[in-house]
Amino acid sequence: MRIINRKPSRVTATALGLLPFVATVAAYAVASHYRRLDNPADKLLPSLQSMGEAFWRMAAVPDRRSGDLLLWLDTFDSLWRLGTGMTISTLLALLIGISIGFIPHIRSALAPYLATFSLIPPITILPILFIVFGLGEMAKIALIVIGTAPVMIRYTAQAVLDIPKEMIIKAETLGASVWQMVTRLVLPQVLPRLISCLRLSLVPAWIFLISAEAIASTSGLGYRIFLVRRYLAMDVILPYVVWITLLAFLLDRALLLLSRRAFRWHHLGGDAL
Amino acid sequence: MTTSTKLSVQGLSKYYDGMPVLERVNLDVATGSFCTIVGASGCGKSTFLRMLLSQEHPTHGTILLDGHPLPEEPTPDRGIVFQKYSVFSHLTVAENLILAREFETAPLMGKLFGSARKKARQDIGEILERIGLAAASDRYPAQLSGGMQQRLAIAQALAKRPGILLLDEPFGALDPGIRLDMHELLLGLWKDLGMTIFMVTHDIHEAFKLGTRLLVFDKIRHDPQAPEAYGATITYDLPLNAPVSGAAKKPEDIAGAIGAAPPSAINQP
Repeated sequence: MRIINRKPSRVTATALGLLPFVATVAAYAVASHYRRLDNPADKLLPSLQSMGEAFWRMAAVPDRRSGDLLLWLDTFDSLWRLGTGMTISTLLALLIGISIGFIPHIRSALAPYLATFSLIPPITILPILFIVFGLGEMAKIALIVIGTAPVMIRYTAQAVLDIPKEMIIKAETLGASVWQMVTRLVLPQVLPRLISCLRLSLVPAWIFLISAEAIASTSGLGYRIFLVRRYLAMDVILPYVVWITLLAFLLDRALLLLSRRAFRWHHLGGDAL
Repeated sequence: MTTSTKLSVQGLSKYYDGMPVLERVNLDVATGSFCTIVGASGCGKSTFLRMLLSQEHPTHGTILLDGHPLPEEPTPDRGIVFQKYSVFSHLTVAENLILAREFETAPLMGKLFGSARKKARQDIGEILERIGLAAASDRYPAQLSGGMQQRLAIAQALAKRPGILLLDEPFGALDPGIRLDMHELLLGLWKDLGMTIFMVTHDIHEAFKLGTRLLVFDKIRHDPQAPEAYGATITYDLPLNAPVSGAAKKPEDIAGAIGAAPPSAINQP
């Protein structure tokens, strides 16, 4: 049988899916082993065991100076900034995106401005944000919002424009007011697509979060990995990177699950990934 | 006849970018008529229907509804069934059917809750039976066949009891067997509710079978050097008596006339 027609069984599929992960860890372990044969104090590729110990130290042993469990403090602070920023972006996307997509006069007024604004590289605004908002939480959250909101607004406006004209006319012939069309037609049609957009926007949001924390912060996952970089502490940095990746993955899955639960009709076509 | 004129079209024309699509269309339609509209592709019959819906506006001329100018935007006095996207994909069958009631009674949210919602769902039981979707009332449109979706679309379009029902090739994507069921449903509803129907169709036999009046859109003027120079108008306006045998013309005659007329104008290199 041709290879394109051969489907893996469930067990095979799972095993194949795990293979690249296992191979990466194995390759790392081998490389680390040989480096430490030459120099037992090698900092560049620490052993899996020493990384495990470092991670345990960050997660379960109170910091000598502050008495905090650093991993959880960093995680909480970073997720709070990310969550606040993305909540604001999502609300802006709904409010402005639906207005632009649904009302031609607002579209004429705001669409060209938004298209221009969204082209500003957000990181270039960071110094301005630090000057205006100081080095506190506000500047970091503002960077996440400025970095993600314009794209999310444009995506939402496009999602409104993609609603078949037939449905909007049908709603009019059923006697709907503009507000009723927003609550019963536009919002439900747009929300599942906004969740997809939110999942994609989390990628740049993490970049902006880590960047802002790296430059000016006293806590957070990004702050920590850039702090310990000074001591070449790869045994902390690598587990933190894995931890951040895991958090990002879980957030993405949670949003997908939410979309499947809340908007079952949207997933009837059987979309993947 | 004049007392019961539902819709009157006077000197109507429609231009896109200066190119005429329709010109010099005049029509009076009596209340309760079933007008079927046929014509070659691109002859403006769907444009005509969209103007009756106020989705588009005539370049010249007027359309009078019950003696008054047509409203400038779609309103509940004219129901519409499109070929697709006619029902709301995010609502179940039952939710699609109670939506009009919800718009009417819940101006702020557009949604009913609790006992009011229960009552609304009970009230649609009869129409659900009639369109054969009682067992499917909690399914989403994507889980229905094409015929079921169009039956739902027709029932939904009639929820506000519109005086005029507009159908834009509603059965174009359906199998022949399903079409026959749809014809029965539509004729039954038309007899019971007495609305005026305009239906655009590609199927000339369907047009003859369903209509009380057949309108054929075609170009009567042709300029071989500039095929776009003239628009279409109503070239045949045939009253169809209930039994088809009484009609002066046969479907084949009309089918032959469309597009072939006038043969001399076909531009040959």
